[in-house]
Amino acid sequence: MSDKKQVVDSAMRTVSTDGIPAESLTAADTAGQRSKRSGKEIANLLIRTITPVVLAIIAGGLILLAMGKDPLFFYGNIINYGIMGRGWQQSLVMMTPLLLLAAGLIVVFRGKLWNLGYDAQYLLAAVLVIGFAPSLNAVLPWWLTLIVLTLLGVAVGAAWTIVPAILKARFETNEIITTLMMSFIGVGIANLLVRGPFQDPDVVVPQTESIPLDSMLPYIPGTRIHVGLIVAVVVVLILHWVLTRTSFGLRLDIFGANPKTAMHVGINTSRMIVTLFIISGGLIGLAAAMDMLGLWGYVRSNWNPEYGAAVIPFVFLARLNVLGSIPFVAFYAIVANGGQIAAQDSDLSTDFILVLVALILIFMSIIEYIGTRRDLGQSYLPPGLKTSVAQIFGRKKSS
Amino acid sequence: MTTQVAENPVIVGMKNVTKTFPGVVANDQISLDIRQGLVHCLLGENGAGKSTLISILAGMQQPDSGQIEIDGKVSRITSTRAAMKLGVGVVYQHSTLISSMTVLENLMLGDTKRVLLDKKGARTKLRDLSALLGAEIDPEIKARNLGLGQQQQVEIIKALWQGSRVLILDEPTSMLTPQAIESLLASVVRLRNEGLAVIFITHKLREAYAIGDEISVLRKGRMVKHVPARELAKMNESSLKNTVLTAMFGDDQASAGNRKTIEELAGAATASRQARKAGSVSETTVLSVSQVTCSPNDGTRGIFDINIAIRAGEILGIAGIDGHGQSTLAEVLAGQRKLQSGRVLLGETDVTHLDVRARQSMGLRYVTDDRLHEGIVGNLPVSLNLLLKRVGQKPFWNRGRINRQEVLDESNRLISEFDIRTPNPETRAGTLSGGNIQKLLLARELSNNPKLVIFNKPTYGLDLKTVARVREIILEFANEGVAVLLISADLDELTELADRIAVISQGRLIGETPNVGARTAEIVGEIIVNEGAAATGKSRK
Ligand SMILES: Nc1ncnc2c1ncn2[C@@H]1O[C@H](COP(=O)(O)OP(=O)(O)OP(=O)(O)O)[C@@H](O)[C@H]1O
Ligand SMILES: [Mg+2]
Repeated sequence: MSDKKQVVDSAMRTVSTDGIPAESLTAADTAGQRSKRSGKEIANLLIRTITPVVLAIIAGGLILLAMGKDPLFFYGNIINYGIMGRGWQQSLVMMTPLLLLAAGLIVVFRGKLWNLGYDAQYLLAAVLVIGFAPSLNAVLPWWLTLIVLTLLGVAVGAAWTIVPAILKARFETNEIITTLMMSFIGVGIANLLVRGPFQDPDVVVPQTESIPLDSMLPYIPGTRIHVGLIVAVVVVLILHWVLTRTSFGLRLDIFGANPKTAMHVGINTSRMIVTLFIISGGLIGLAAAMDMLGLWGYVRSNWNPEYGAAVIPFVFLARLNVLGSIPFVAFYAIVANGGQIAAQDSDLSTDFILVLVALILIFMSIIEYIGTRRDLGQSYLPPGLKTSVAQIFGRKKSS
Repeated sequence: MTTQVAENPVIVGMKNVTKTFPGVVANDQISLDIRQGLVHCLLGENGAGKSTLISILAGMQQPDSGQIEIDGKVSRITSTRAAMKLGVGVVYQHSTLISSMTVLENLMLGDTKRVLLDKKGARTKLRDLSALLGAEIDPEIKARNLGLGQQQQVEIIKALWQGSRVLILDEPTSMLTPQAIESLLASVVRLRNEGLAVIFITHKLREAYAIGDEISVLRKGRMVKHVPARELAKMNESSLKNTVLTAMFGDDQASAGNRKTIEELAGAATASRQARKAGSVSETTVLSVSQVTCSPNDGTRGIFDINIAIRAGEILGIAGIDGHGQSTLAEVLAGQRKLQSGRVLLGETDVTHLDVRARQSMGLRYVTDDRLHEGIVGNLPVSLNLLLKRVGQKPFWNRGRINRQEVLDESNRLISEFDIRTPNPETRAGTLSGGNIQKLLLARELSNNPKLVIFNKPTYGLDLKTVARVREIILEFANEGVAVLLISADLDELTELADRIAVISQGRLIGETPNVGARTAEIVGEIIVNEGAAATGKSRK
């Protein structure tokens, strides 16, 4: 090998001496490189990230005014109930499944695969975890039951992605359609299970048995926050590390950038697709397990918290960065948690919270458009997706 | 050649235009006039700033300082749409056609004025414009099925679609066969005679001499030489070459010792052929391909009944018009495509069913011709792109964890070895100039102990000096016992490097000849003609 190196060396050197001296370009640039993410760029990025949220809050306030409500009273109450007193603890509990769900979506979205089957992955895992809790509790110690049920949740969530994953890997079937279809089926099955085999025999309403309080996840000492939050935070941190620091994370980014390149480089794209879906579903199943075992303890039929839909805009606001998603998820958890009672106090429907999320989405789209024209910071969308969209509208991007 | 003189009115005037990127001054105080009815050739080594300059004219980049005058009025070109309105049409270095759409659909994407699509009108317009170019183009053919030459014609039509007065072409000929280049140049001349102002970027001096009315040379972002029409008309080819090369690669080269290098670059560079060691081809077969057939169902051209054997130290050239199965052949050999039948042996090992990674670890390397969409990940830094095929391997990754220092050291080594012009190893690879991306690919594939290298158009988009260097490297590798499969549309390149040349047509190898020097091109031509005659003969029966 060293022989060959020398051959190349000498062949290259002879010419590079009379070309532009490499130093003249590189020397100036170590400094230039540091400034790659210059102060201005970071400021732009922040502006672009926070503006839609601020605008949504303002626009929501105007809507409230138009409805004859006092926006300051409503927003003040959100902070009151969402942070003050014990509010912050409830918000943190609410963050648990949302963080895991966001992580589960980010993993596949980074590979430009769209897992939209999160509702069924969550609900099926939730129902099966709750459904098997009584029988497992009868034979196993409480801590082992919790571990087994958690693994069950992960497995169920992951399993529900397998069909779309394999169809995508084998036949390039559009995964948006297959995951949505699997979601319809899965949500239906979850409801059937609640009304059928897992129905609590002691009540008439269609719901499962409740797990007794003493067999649920323990609280973090001194709080009313279950340890699921710790699990979620640890998992999210590990995932962030895996995505940014390991060869797997790099392969994932190469695959996400362009499957053709991935193939060229020697990445097994089919295996990558299946792996990503399984991790995604597994994380969503874990969200369900933590949520059930830590907070809810039972499932009623037709119940669907729709975490996925709520979290998607924030996942994009965070530019598919796992760590970056944490503050957004926290923000949403506070608004959703505090907003419940705040809405009642202002005599509003709790759906107003969804209006706020929708407003954020609208302003994101507007800023995305302006930002692209003004070259303002980084787009919300993954670059490949953006260029393909831009191409469709006939904009030219090149060399 | 033309007798037109500088009186032609200036349509676009650039005055002291400067554009910097982090770590580079891509354009440094550049002034340039574009005149009606003249072809203005823009030359310069890789990374000199040519594409940046035209992206400013195209409205894709805003200059940091300086101004642009259109018809004498200071104008700001704020977007590509604004550029179109001002009558500036651009054919970019890398294709912008959408491959799954037809020619007509691609062209109609530019029709932003109306809401309803006017297919009939578009057809007429396409017919008129192709007549203007002297080209024949089927409006209903999918862009991916166009030959590269036709693709360029369609790109030109697309650039002219909104009624441009200025046409900018960024390295339009770098992928074309000699015939396609001829017809492209003829088209450009027709347009010029219609009164269009043309900017023509190329690395080939022959083309610049053939159609340039004015010539400008960029170096390190600065305008180092301008040859106005009046002067150019008086120059002969070789004095032009000397002027341009001296400007391009610096005065330091004009010193006596280096004068020869310049002449070598200018000439056909047959010297390197003699550098080939006699008897360097050994008896061991490195690659043997028998009866390989692969017809992909994604619309790309298939290959049929391919038989190839390459020995250690041998260079086998594949000649043929682009799009006749060359890429499929390369992909099959690299393991990127499954074949329907046949066998591929690497040394003694049957690799027919081995994947890309396994073949890589056996020393197979593949330099793709799709550098932008397959070769690199534009958003990743140059350093990681250089190690893209070694992700996860020691010493750069240790049990999955990246060792940044090792990655940096190795990439710095490759960057200086292959003289890749990048501000630093952390720069996003997508921002490099076209030629430097090509150097990145070569650096990646030629490092780390290759045994068989497949080159698909290894030198396209490279400046003269780098072309010479890359060819030298290919020969050196062969001398060291590496087997080389060299796919190229450039017959000169093949006759300079290859030991044998096989001709591909319609996915089949239709003939082969040893490289016998000057007469080889003629023989290859005969093979193609004979095949054509045989084919028509058959179809008559
Ligand atoms: N968007 C960008 N961001 C950062 N740097 C850039 C960008 N575009 C170009 N550059 C840098 O500007 C310099 C000039 O690049 P340009 O593409 O204009 O060269 P070129 O003359 O067209 O070269 P080639 O012949 O290789 O195509 C290069 O050093 C390149 O790295
Ligand atoms: Mg260029």
